[in-house]
Amino acid sequence: MTYTFDFSFLAEYWPELLSGLMQTAQLSILSIIFGFLLGTVLAVGRTADSKAVRRICAIYVEAIRNTPLLVQMFMIYFGLASIGFKLSAEFCAVLAIVINVSSYTCEIMRAGIESIKKGQLEASDCLAMSWWQRLFLIVLPPATERVYPALVSQFILIMLATSLVSQISAEELTSTAVRIDSMTFRSFEIYTVIAVIYIALAFVFRIGFWALSQLVFPRLRRLGTPL
Amino acid sequence: MSPIVKLNKVSKSFGSLNVLQGVSFDVAQGSVVAIIGRSGSGKSTALRCMNGLEKINGGEITVCNHHLHQNVTKAQLRALHLDVGIVFQSYNLFPHLTVGQNIMLAPKWVRKQSKAEAKDLAAEVLGKVGLAEKFDAYPEQLSGGQQQRVAIARSLAMQPKLMLFDEVTSALDPELTGEVLKVMENLAKDGMTMVLVTHEMAFAKGVGDKVIFMHQGKVWEEGDGEILSAPQTPELRQFVGNGL
Repeated sequence: MTYTFDFSFLAEYWPELLSGLMQTAQLSILSIIFGFLLGTVLAVGRTADSKAVRRICAIYVEAIRNTPLLVQMFMIYFGLASIGFKLSAEFCAVLAIVINVSSYTCEIMRAGIESIKKGQLEASDCLAMSWWQRLFLIVLPPATERVYPALVSQFILIMLATSLVSQISAEELTSTAVRIDSMTFRSFEIYTVIAVIYIALAFVFRIGFWALSQLVFPRLRRLGTPL
Repeated sequence: MSPIVKLNKVSKSFGSLNVLQGVSFDVAQGSVVAIIGRSGSGKSTALRCMNGLEKINGGEITVCNHHLHQNVTKAQLRALHLDVGIVFQSYNLFPHLTVGQNIMLAPKWVRKQSKAEAKDLAAEVLGKVGLAEKFDAYPEQLSGGQQQRVAIARSLAMQPKLMLFDEVTSALDPELTGEVLKVMENLAKDGMTMVLVTHEMAFAKGVGDKVIFMHQGKVWEEGDGEILSAPQTPELRQFVGNGL
């Protein structure tokens, strides 16, 4: 093997990689926030009293979880464009990922909600709390705390999955790398570099999620034990 | 004075199991009523029906001027819950909140009290159950008896007109049982109307103004604490036989 590794292109292209990194981070954070919110709404729907609501949410979740993210992205970007809705690639990217992550978040949050004992619900009802108060004060906070590690894993996976949006020409880290590769022909080097950047980003995300957990779960901060 | 609680021929079944078969009794304002009986006699179900945790199939219950029947609405139940507190065998404290937050939650969100008001109130009721220093502790850091006293305080903070106690000492050892019963005795002295389902015969006899013995879903015997010393029916005689 006579191949000589050459990372010198980085001197010229690092600002582009940096902006790609920022776009990946932005895309991920937006998708995680909205995916979590939608997923939680779906989880509440899947545990609702009404059978019809439960059924509708279950169909949505199963449909999304059993199709590839890339196909969902193509449906939203190329599919919608072909029937006359031309939306930006970045918007479609976020939309597709939100829809995808919401279905997985739904299943994780459902497990959390179902872990709340009936006695907790009875106690809140007997304190004359409304359905909304019960949901936001008694059910969702401990439910989220219990499944938080699983949520974080899912969110990191989603951050990595944003690389797929390069396929619909949305700007982010992987699409930046593809462009640099086509100009420098340093495939091995550039993909190694962005692999390392993804690892670093995943690490930063984990630290961020840990810090967030300390902020939003005071019991965890004080006692350090799982709920 | 009309009774604060009135059960009139209440029936309740779970599937084909008839748990309550025409239960009738009254609770006078300011009195302590102890419901005793074997496991499966329907005593806990009767108590749970009194604040709508179980919907009744027949008869009528009036609690603090609220009427419970087969078709009671959620709004009616909420109104009832503003007047009636309940304490459970398994405490049911909210594990993600501190003791103080557990107590302040409903006054703040349901009664719409200011944070300062709710805090004063929480400190006051916590003092009543002898746990003022546990305001910032989490439930899991407390013993069972302490958790149950917090649950009583949480209920008291809603300033109920009636308190229900569902076997609140059944999960506790004798020492912890004693501290919870002491709190309940003080409540009774303060004039709180209380209905309790209990296996503590000495407490039922000593503190109860009325003792109701339930058997097979019916009120089998009813009277003051003395019925435990001089049972009229063979069933109650057998039930208390080994106790007092």
